[in-house]
Amino acid sequence: MGRLASLLKHPLHELQGELDEVVSPGRYTLLRRKLIAIMVAASLIPLSVMAVLNYYEHQNAMAREIQNPLRVLVNKTKNSFELFLAERTSTVSLIASAYTYAELSDENKLARIFAVMQKEFEGFVDLGLIDAHGNQLNYVGPYALKGKNYAEQRWFQEVRLKGKYVSDVFMGFRKFPHVIIAVQHTTEDGRTWILRATLDTRQFERIIASMSLEPDADAFLVNTEGLMQTSSNYYGKVLEKMTLPLPPQTFEPTVLLTTDPLGREIFLSYAYFPEADFVLMAVKPKASVLKTWYTVRGDLLFVFLLGVAAVLLAAVGVTNALVRRMKEAEDRRELALREVEHSQKLSSIGRLAAGVAHEVNNPLAIINEKTGLMKDILTMQQTEFPMKDKLLAQVDSVLRAVDRCRGITHRMLGFARRMDVTSEELDLGELITETASFLSNEAMHRKVEVRIDIDPLLPRIVSDRSQLQQVFLNLFNNALAAVADGGHIEASARPEGDGVAVRVSDNGCGMSEETLNHIFEPFFTTKKGKGTGLGLSITYGIIKRLGGEIAVESTQGVGTTLTITLPKGQREALA
Amino acid sequence: MNKQDWKILLVDDEHEFITTLAERLELRDINTRVVFDGESALLAVAEEEPQVMILDVLMPGIKGLEVLERVKRTNPAVQVLLLTGHGSTRDGIEGMRLGAFDYMMKPLNIDTLIEKMESAIDYAGKAAKLGQ
Repeated sequence: MGRLASLLKHPLHELQGELDEVVSPGRYTLLRRKLIAIMVAASLIPLSVMAVLNYYEHQNAMAREIQNPLRVLVNKTKNSFELFLAERTSTVSLIASAYTYAELSDENKLARIFAVMQKEFEGFVDLGLIDAHGNQLNYVGPYALKGKNYAEQRWFQEVRLKGKYVSDVFMGFRKFPHVIIAVQHTTEDGRTWILRATLDTRQFERIIASMSLEPDADAFLVNTEGLMQTSSNYYGKVLEKMTLPLPPQTFEPTVLLTTDPLGREIFLSYAYFPEADFVLMAVKPKASVLKTWYTVRGDLLFVFLLGVAAVLLAAVGVTNALVRRMKEAEDRRELALREVEHSQKLSSIGRLAAGVAHEVNNPLAIINEKTGLMKDILTMQQTEFPMKDKLLAQVDSVLRAVDRCRGITHRMLGFARRMDVTSEELDLGELITETASFLSNEAMHRKVEVRIDIDPLLPRIVSDRSQLQQVFLNLFNNALAAVADGGHIEASARPEGDGVAVRVSDNGCGMSEETLNHIFEPFFTTKKGKGTGLGLSITYGIIKRLGGEIAVESTQGVGTTLTITLPKGQREALA
Repeated sequence: MNKQDWKILLVDDEHEFITTLAERLELRDINTRVVFDGESALLAVAEEEPQVMILDVLMPGIKGLEVLERVKRTNPAVQVLLLTGHGSTRDGIEGMRLGAFDYMMKPLNIDTLIEKMESAIDYAGKAAKLGQ
């Protein structure tokens, strides 16, 4: 604020001071850097934050979108398995309770029951009746198992304990995987038997196939000891040890992100069976499920980089343009100030010169008159005295010196005027007509015809009115002096190029080549004793100052034409 | 018209200058009357109308251009030659606009002055004839 206040108090001085700071090139470099940094930061920081947030949000959304269907699929498939096992278990259970011990012991009857079972439910391989001591009493199926005792086997002990048993998968005698379902039945009179059926696990494969997984995905059953219950594409064949570690137990379908022994990042979805020692596992490699995400991520990155590039380009471009404009404005301002300063300096010199010339001119006029009087007395009185000639020579010498001084003061005044060009928009035609009217009386008496021909399309020009008036007064005076009584003077003005041309011609005495060569020189005159010899040199100086040109054509005995061209504006004149 | 019959009024506040000029003109048989300020000039014109008035532009009191304007109003036949002491063209041109016959810059060349007076008187005579 203090700076602003002082700026208002001394506008020129302060601006000048500031200019020196501003124009230093380092300042612009610094300014440009700062501006670019601010613009880039202001755009890139929010952009980056947005991009990062977007990235994670999108990734999470994608992950959720991938994990949820996987979880649902595992749940559905687990239900299918449970349903399948429950159905088979119920069937066996139904048969165990629907038929009497006697009926089940009957080989033919059991065979018929088994036939119905096989017909109604796929996957049954055999059916056997075992008593409470573990003896196989009756058997229908491909193996000769009748009479075999199972009392020591784990499944028998488990079924005796729990009443129901579903085994892990095992390789049967026919070298394909089986599952045993055993159900214990106790009658009201305390008689106990066990009905045991073997299931072909091809049904398991079918359920898994119904998940319709992609080729690089995998789904399988393992038991709680990590033995494969169905074949996996990647993690082991049936009854082999699963190469994946067992996940922590949970009956709810869960999705884990982990790395498999093949080194792939995988989504592992799994659920433990509450009723059996099975774990259903489904595996999807992250790479394949995230393929769309990677595409999106690529697009996102591309858009981000594009945005960054655009921001950088815009920041640099806008800043450069801005700084260039500022620099140009500063330069213009500086130039304008320098011009003002220069013209102020010149105009004060001009004023000083005018003052000095004025002060000197008055005493000079007195010296001129006094000396002139001395000369008058010396020449007009017929008295003779010694040294009269010498005295006269001294007087002439003083008069010559006065003439020289007059020239000097005129030049000084000319210089003062040069510094003192005032510009205004003016109608040149009007100016010429008015100036010519100053001389109309004399012209009338000498019967000199003055013709003025102004082009109606003559543009207004910006120039110095009084100096131009002096110019035309000089030209008309000269023309009037040159023509004989009854002659004519013609003044015309018309547009020419980017300015105007004024032509003043007379049918006077004209000039010799010799005279033509000197007419613009100061103190050159043909009006012997009459003129100061300053008219045309002053005219020449003024026209040059106003940015114009002056040319003369003359033929002795025919006449003289002076042509002045002036620019339309003052700009060219000042340059 | 003979020079002896001319009636010339000289107006300038610069005593030394104007009295010497008057003396030189007298030596050439030209009748002059000298006053040193605008008021006296106006009185002199009213008393005895001169043919030509040599009038300095820069004077204390009533300025030369104002004297010119007033004289041209009351006595338009008086031909005025302006003296622009500091060589100001502006004043000269302004004077021409106000009806001055011509303007001259100090220091003067007495012969040029007499020529100008002559053409002014000549012009005044012709103008008077034309007016009749």
